[in-house]
Amino acid sequence: MKSNLKTLSVLFCLLFATALFAACSGQPMGDGGGSSSGGAATSGASQRLQGVGASFPKPIYEKWVNEYGKVNTGARIDYQSTGSSAGIKAVQQQTADFGASDEPMTGEEMTAAQSEVLHIPTVLGAVVLTYNVEGLSAPLKLSPQTVVDIFLGRIKKWNDPKIAADNSGVNLPDREITVVYRSDGSGTTNVFNNYLGKVSPDWTVKGQNMTLPQGVGLGAQRNDGVMGQVKQTPNTIGYVELTFAKANNLPSALIKNAAGNFVEATIETVTAAAADSVQTTPDDLRVDITNAAGANAYPISSYTYILAYKDQKDAGKGKLLSDFLWWATHDGQAFARDLHYAQLPAGIVTKVENRLKLMTSGGQPIRK
Amino acid sequence: MAQTNTTGDRIFGAILFVAAASILVIVAAMIAMMTSNSLPTIQKFGFGFLTGSTWNPSSGEFGALPFIYGTIVSSLIAVVISVPISLGIAIFLTEQAPVRIARPIAFLVELLAAIPSVVYGLWGIFVLAPFIREYLGWFLQTYLGFIPLFQGRLTGIGMMTGGIILAIMITPIITAVVRDVLEAVPTTQRDAALALGATKWETTQIVLSNAASGIAGAVVLGLGRAIGETMAVTMVIGNVPQITTQLFEPGYTIASVLAANFAEARDPLYFSALIEIGLILFLVTFVVNALAKLLVVSVTSKGGGTAKHA
Repeated sequence: MKSNLKTLSVLFCLLFATALFAACSGQPMGDGGGSSSGGAATSGASQRLQGVGASFPKPIYEKWVNEYGKVNTGARIDYQSTGSSAGIKAVQQQTADFGASDEPMTGEEMTAAQSEVLHIPTVLGAVVLTYNVEGLSAPLKLSPQTVVDIFLGRIKKWNDPKIAADNSGVNLPDREITVVYRSDGSGTTNVFNNYLGKVSPDWTVKGQNMTLPQGVGLGAQRNDGVMGQVKQTPNTIGYVELTFAKANNLPSALIKNAAGNFVEATIETVTAAAADSVQTTPDDLRVDITNAAGANAYPISSYTYILAYKDQKDAGKGKLLSDFLWWATHDGQAFARDLHYAQLPAGIVTKVENRLKLMTSGGQPIRK
Repeated sequence: MAQTNTTGDRIFGAILFVAAASILVIVAAMIAMMTSNSLPTIQKFGFGFLTGSTWNPSSGEFGALPFIYGTIVSSLIAVVISVPISLGIAIFLTEQAPVRIARPIAFLVELLAAIPSVVYGLWGIFVLAPFIREYLGWFLQTYLGFIPLFQGRLTGIGMMTGGIILAIMITPIITAVVRDVLEAVPTTQRDAALALGATKWETTQIVLSNAASGIAGAVVLGLGRAIGETMAVTMVIGNVPQITTQLFEPGYTIASVLAANFAEARDPLYFSALIEIGLILFLVTFVVNALAKLLVVSVTSKGGGTAKHA
């Protein structure tokens, strides 16, 4: 009996291990499932798209999906905001119908992808410096080098002559500055790092994470974490996404742009930054527009992208995605303002049209 | 009839065995997965990963020491604050308080355990942090500022705040377990002690010495919760990977860095570093629990001895 029990348990263990193995190797199995369900959808009346990616554009994408559903009944688009990195991974491994990212894929990431990916900018955002300074009434004005020096801990107090020089007639307190930054990896940090690196050779931090010298700052998670810390702690400065700052009426600093003007972050100045960069924007639209030239350009602006396969395997899905993106970058732009996103300038929309016309399915262009 | 019984027994035994074995399989699978995914950093940094104090994803430098340090320090602060309070509550509830008072207090303690950790975090940001900045920190820095522990920038956010939040979070767990342990000590022992002329304090001492192993277990349970707690700590500890003895300065814990950065780790080396940190947390928890078992064993034999003498 004892040996029987042993055999039985070994059998069970084997069964369990097999199940576990199947679960572990779920990636390719999931892929197969995805394409077969896609085939099923083609035969049905309604089309369904699944997108994965950046959390920053989630509110506008949800609005678009909702509004587009009224225009094109039967279309169903699901968007999961799991982060830009997840969006890039999803299009590389083709586990979603489209991806979304707050920053363009690198050349390396493009090469690693299984098929060619088009970058379609959808709206614009910006990074805003928000602050909590005791007794400060006028909006704070900052020049780029001052921002770098504050974040590197070289400017330690609010009444430092370098800050005072740009804020004449404003009463700045003799208090220590506490910097609040995003401790989680984020596209917001990436744009900010990119900008600081452009305006000062002293700034060497790159990518989605912030690294400050010891003793300079406090880390907080997500936009609301940074907001909470800045609101709660006197004499702090931090950076958040423009849509978030506008929705919460946070004070935001005027930043001196490349033309030498102090510019407030608004929907108009962010669109201006994109419009002023149209000439220098490459046709593939993979570009950063921080520190843009132009008198009214807000210097810490950026695009957010939808990542679409150039060659759509499923004709029905390809048609829907192409139509949706066309609608979003044209009629859909009207919904951006209410959600505090900046619209695409006309010059960029033209370039987007050219990119969308490149989408093919089975060798045939989807859009004639 | 007898035949069916043995078949039933065999199936039952097998199911139980599989249930027990599945734990081993799960643990082994987790370790295997984490080790294989953290190979890039293990190969690149080796042991230096544990001792390196620089964490800079943008330049590809990964040293986990600040996170290990932050986790240990915040958990220690929590245990140091929480243990006396929890013991006090538990002893009061079992040995002193009339039922009329004990019931509502016990209910409140259990309520504390049911509060989601994000709520603790919010309370930490909006109530505790300003309190520490304006009062506690100010008091400690003014009167005890010569002690390095109490120096540093006073923003209200830091390891001290994280430790205090954790202390509040683990108090209900420690209290509940200690209470159960004390209640398990036979009433006859108390009666005997009192009959021999022992005071309430002396009686409590005897009860405590008999319950010592259980109390040690309760403390370790609390410590385990403190080490693994993520959300509330992230919100108030300041999330800066630095090593400093100044408790008002910000720190960072293993659980926090994992929660904050996992979703956006694009660089394979960074991803690997995060997985390896997860592996370290796993091992730290393992070691803590093993130490606790050893502690419990040593205390049990001593406690048993005292009981015989008493």
